[in-house]
Amino acid sequence: MSDIQTWALIFVAASFALYIGIAWRSRVKETKGFFVAEQNIPAVANGAAVAADWMSAASFISMAGLIAFLGSDGSIYLMGWTGGFVLLALLLAPYLRKWGKFTVPEFVGDRFSETVRSVAAVVAIIVSFTYVVGQMAGGGIVFSRFLGVEQAAGVAIAAAVIFAYAVFGGMKGITWTQVAQYTVLIVAYLIPAWAVAHTMTGFPVPQISFGEILAELNRIGAEFGLPVYTEAFTARPQIDVFLVTLSLMIGTAGLPHVIIRFYTTKTVRGARYSALWALVFIGLLYTTAPAVGAFTKLNLLSGVQGAAVDALPSWVQNWMATGLVTVGDGVDTIGTVSNDPTSGADLIINNDILVLASPEIAGLPAPIVGLVAAGGLAAAMSTAAGLLLVISSSASHDLYFRYLDKNASESRRLLVSRIAMGVAVLVSIYFGINPPAFVAQVVAFAFGLAASTFFPILLLGIFWKRTNAAGAVSGMLAGLAFTSTYMIYTLEVFGTQANDHILGVSPEGIGAIGAVVNLVVTVIVSLATKPPSHEIQEMVENIRYPATTRRTETAA
Amino acid sequence: MTDTNESPPGGAPPPGGGGGAALPDNGWRKEYWKKNLRLMVVLLVVWFVVSFGAGILFVEQLNEIVIGGFPLGFWFAQQGSIYTFILLILIYALRMDKLDDHYGVSERNDDGSRS
Repeated sequence: MSDIQTWALIFVAASFALYIGIAWRSRVKETKGFFVAEQNIPAVANGAAVAADWMSAASFISMAGLIAFLGSDGSIYLMGWTGGFVLLALLLAPYLRKWGKFTVPEFVGDRFSETVRSVAAVVAIIVSFTYVVGQMAGGGIVFSRFLGVEQAAGVAIAAAVIFAYAVFGGMKGITWTQVAQYTVLIVAYLIPAWAVAHTMTGFPVPQISFGEILAELNRIGAEFGLPVYTEAFTARPQIDVFLVTLSLMIGTAGLPHVIIRFYTTKTVRGARYSALWALVFIGLLYTTAPAVGAFTKLNLLSGVQGAAVDALPSWVQNWMATGLVTVGDGVDTIGTVSNDPTSGADLIINNDILVLASPEIAGLPAPIVGLVAAGGLAAAMSTAAGLLLVISSSASHDLYFRYLDKNASESRRLLVSRIAMGVAVLVSIYFGINPPAFVAQVVAFAFGLAASTFFPILLLGIFWKRTNAAGAVSGMLAGLAFTSTYMIYTLEVFGTQANDHILGVSPEGIGAIGAVVNLVVTVIVSLATKPPSHEIQEMVENIRYPATTRRTETAA
Repeated sequence: MTDTNESPPGGAPPPGGGGGAALPDNGWRKEYWKKNLRLMVVLLVVWFVVSFGAGILFVEQLNEIVIGGFPLGFWFAQQGSIYTFILLILIYALRMDKLDDHYGVSERNDDGSRS
């Protein structure tokens, strides 16, 4: 076992022990604890939990590398995955918290009708499953790369730990482990980033110092025949950058596993401040990622430029063993670099390498590399747990108890919710080990579907009293049909043929247009049918004011 | 600290103001909601201008200006927009605290402290 493996094992084992310890301390006895953590989580802690819930294995491991190869257009992920929190904070979170029940489908059920609730529950389950498969696979990859464990065994170990705290602690256990996981992942991300920034510029704040190397990066990139790093729209046309960014923002605000995290605060005010803390915590990683991408890319290019294949830097050779770096056949010296395996470049680099190898590139000792392994796992597991809770609550709370077991007692409800969680974990283990071939494309589905189904009807449900059930059902189905049709048309999924993008709009960007379709259809159908009942209009009125009773302005 | 409304058990604000004073009470609600919407719209305009405006629509023009090694459009797209988002939520949360207090709808414990 190498030094790195030993340290990785120590950090991973220590962090798992921590999660299990937290799980034991936050066991729950009621459905309110299981679904919304007793609505008792302080805003800062909830913000950290949102951040861990939101930042997936992809944010931690792949994003910096992705940005390094996309250049300026990497902003679609940076803005798209942070801007949605402004929408959440201003448009959804406080009002959904005031309404104050357990799930997203439950809100649309109360606001619109039971039919809408069932449709929403099914969509929530589909969206969350497509997403959770990627997290499980990501966890398995970290295991196999850092610990030399089989990927399947890695998935099973990570899932067993999630099982322990999600089944016993429900949302309460998930929340407090997410707080711990955020701490692990941010420390693991920032230490190598600061070190790299310090080594390369003498100034350890990467957000500021990566400006110094951009001109150098543009110059060396040109020698490799790469597009200018800081120039916009080299990877995607402008209209597509616009739409993908918007889709990711709206999708973020519509993802059920993010929304329910705001149900767990004590107050409406707590929901607003949770959103603030969440974005502060997320921003810490998201403003560092483009710096890591730029630094590591420069390091990489200057390290391999014109180098003979047998004289590459040692970290390149180390990572060649994992298959993340490959040298083309019959290449003597490196002249071209790409992240695309089909490009035929001399050196093919996997996106993930830029974060995984950054400690070695900066010459940091083995313990730091081990910490990165624990960080990657924390990111994957925290997101997976949040998604599994949505699956469990939608299946039990929104479907099972309404159709099959209407008069279940409290203890029976808790038991069934736990069983649903257990089954969801097992199913996701299976797909994590045998990921369907189209998993990468399907993640685009999760955002597109959340953007084109949930966000518009939640928004209208809160801000326009006239929205009714007929409108919401038609809008959701129209958004769903429009978005999935275009995705199936442009992606090779379910055995269909991939067609060209229409007007340069990629399948990742179609969700924004789907959301507009949903919005327009909901408004038109609502206006053409009867207004919602007086009681429902009163409910909408009441979620607009934080306090349950009004106070006179005496003291102030 | 007295409540203007006797609220029914369960605690939701009574429809239209409760008791017999249904109409006069609607005034503050409309005012509160209007101010909330105005704040929201202003913040969302800034949100759009900074991210979609500076980061995407006018990124090429702004890139002509270089500060600290960063072409300005590139900086907005990869750094500035995120800082702005955080600032927007901060302003929203602070302003809403004030608005809630002013209209007496902030969440308080029995002793009047923030809950």
